[in-house]
Amino acid sequence: MEKFQTVTGIALPLRRSNVDTDQIIPAVYLKRVTKTGFDDALFAAWRQDPDFVLNQPAYQGARVLVAGADFGTGSSREHAVWALRDYGFDVVLSPRFGDIFRGNSGKQGLLAGQITEADAQLLWDVIESDPGIELTVDLVSRTARVGDLTIPFVIDDYTRWRLLEGLDDIGLTLRDEARILEFESQREPWRPRTLPARQVNQ
Amino acid sequence: MTDATLTGTRPRTLAEKVWDKHLVAKGEDGTPDLIYIDLHLVHEVTSPQAFDGLRLAGRPVRRPDLTIATEDHNTPTLAIDRPIADPTSRTQIETLRRNCEEFGIRLHSLGDIEQGIVHVVGPQLGLTQPGITVVCGDSHTSTHGAFGAMALGIGTSEVEHVMATQTLPLQPFKTMAITVDGALRPGVTAKDVILAVIAKIGTGGGQGYVLEYRGSAIRDLSMEGRMTICNMSIEAGARAGMVAPDATTYAYLKGRAHAPSGQDWDDAVAYWDTLPTDAGAVFDAEVVLDADTLEPFVTWGTNPGQGVSLSGAVPNPADIGDSNERAAAERALEYMDLTSGTPMKEIRVDTVFLGSCTNSRVEDLRAAAEIVKGHTLADGVRMLVVPGSARVRIEAEAEGLDKIFTDFGAEWRFAGCSMCLGMNPDQLAPGERCASTSNRNFEGRQGKGGRTHLVSPLVAAATAIRGTLSSPWDLIQDGDH
Ligand code: SF4
Repeated sequence: MEKFQTVTGIALPLRRSNVDTDQIIPAVYLKRVTKTGFDDALFAAWRQDPDFVLNQPAYQGARVLVAGADFGTGSSREHAVWALRDYGFDVVLSPRFGDIFRGNSGKQGLLAGQITEADAQLLWDVIESDPGIELTVDLVSRTARVGDLTIPFVIDDYTRWRLLEGLDDIGLTLRDEARILEFESQREPWRPRTLPARQVNQ
Repeated sequence: MTDATLTGTRPRTLAEKVWDKHLVAKGEDGTPDLIYIDLHLVHEVTSPQAFDGLRLAGRPVRRPDLTIATEDHNTPTLAIDRPIADPTSRTQIETLRRNCEEFGIRLHSLGDIEQGIVHVVGPQLGLTQPGITVVCGDSHTSTHGAFGAMALGIGTSEVEHVMATQTLPLQPFKTMAITVDGALRPGVTAKDVILAVIAKIGTGGGQGYVLEYRGSAIRDLSMEGRMTICNMSIEAGARAGMVAPDATTYAYLKGRAHAPSGQDWDDAVAYWDTLPTDAGAVFDAEVVLDADTLEPFVTWGTNPGQGVSLSGAVPNPADIGDSNERAAAERALEYMDLTSGTPMKEIRVDTVFLGSCTNSRVEDLRAAAEIVKGHTLADGVRMLVVPGSARVRIEAEAEGLDKIFTDFGAEWRFAGCSMCLGMNPDQLAPGERCASTSNRNFEGRQGKGGRTHLVSPLVAAATAIRGTLSSPWDLIQDGDH
């Protein structure tokens, strides 16, 4: 995972609440064998509508999603986070998140920042008055800035630290790499190895 | 003498010894221990997103030399030289092939002699050894515990974690001794033992525990029998099942492709000899079973704990004290279309499935072949015989077992998971009833609407002859065997 400090990019206003993971990515896309290639699956049903905000030219290449309350509720599918990442989002701001979704986000380097309902309204108003405007998310100071507006967001210290350090679960374990190497140096030579392949005919 | 008496340390169980030996970092304040993984087994269903995660993060597989892959869940058991018809299955297999190529993982593909069910392949190559840690993105990884290994089934994100770090953060476990003393009577097998164990402790009875199977009846079992027992530990909800290594284990391993040899063999045996549970070690729980009284055991319901002796009858839910279990039994009887009080032996089947990682090794096939030899398959019954690996299939053919099965009227198939879970075309039709040597009788497991009775290979064979759930004892009574 890359270290996360600040992100500046086009902000996309999603004026909807209760966006569950089935809306973020419908079940038919779960058969795939990759963690990527889900960009076309993101909000697949809503994107049928040409007027849907994601289809508007001004918002192409957006990196920050500003959504209504209760974003990412429902099914635990990690695919929802993969789809958002894959489309290009680094940040989702919302007044409230589904718990599992928030946990999954942290593991995949997606910042899920909690803002107030009032600030969500303010952000939407600013963004919609100048579609395509860039917004800066600063994880160090836990703020989002757009135009003259600066608002705070909430993220727990542990997730923030992991994002700042660029650590996923694997990254965390690899901080113990010296101990893994030391353990490996003491492994007995007769322990099984799959390579090189050996053939013995009994 | 145990190593506890030698070193003066606290007496430990087999499971604790293996765990301690693999501790990379001890967890503090409730954080998990970091455990080193000796062997990672991979198959096509649970690996694709793990490989993709590595690719996204730009990480390699840390130890390709401790990793091995095979194709099993989706592979067809007929016409294996033709492209796989189902697109999802085909994609999963093709993805595994690409991933193994890219990450340098040894893969045994369809058509290769070592291809087959992942839990048959590890032991047959001699990779599964006493005192190692084994993981696989598959719950029946517990099979490998038969060698005195700590063998754990894991999820896809853990698969990625092991690929990247060769370790896993794991919470410590509790230990349960399951002691089976006495001797099994002829016709009673490892499968009957484990079905009886699960019926006794329940499908949740092993939760949080590593089970250790002990006692004279376990010591008398072959490695194949021990694998059958450990395989189904997961059906009791356990994290793993283990049997201490002994002369039987060593004899099975010696000379296998990846078993140690020469001085390495002697060094390994010296270590393996220290593994059995110390005298005086304390288990968190104990269960005792009397081997002498065990009979062939079969399931009547839709979880592996809903079982009864074959000489018994379909139970009456009203007799079940626990209200949740009573309700589950009522639902199960409805799904299975069975009436309380019906003798199990009057239940007629449409299909017999001999296969799966529980019972598809050459010994299982041999035992079943011995029973069906010279008989004819019952009218209206189909029987699928699916060897656990291509090597098992070849070995069986060298002994003429294929001929015995096909003369009998059974279908002799190529290796794979097959009707154990029906991801390939081998499925039950709705309403069909099957005597199956596999490990799960869940609703729809072997095909939508299919009804499964879990049985031993001997019961499967006798059932195929008589058309109703039967044991080899019934054949003797029929006077024709
Ligand atoms: S044979 Fe059945 S239980 Fe065993 S690995 Fe295959 S699907 Fe799983």
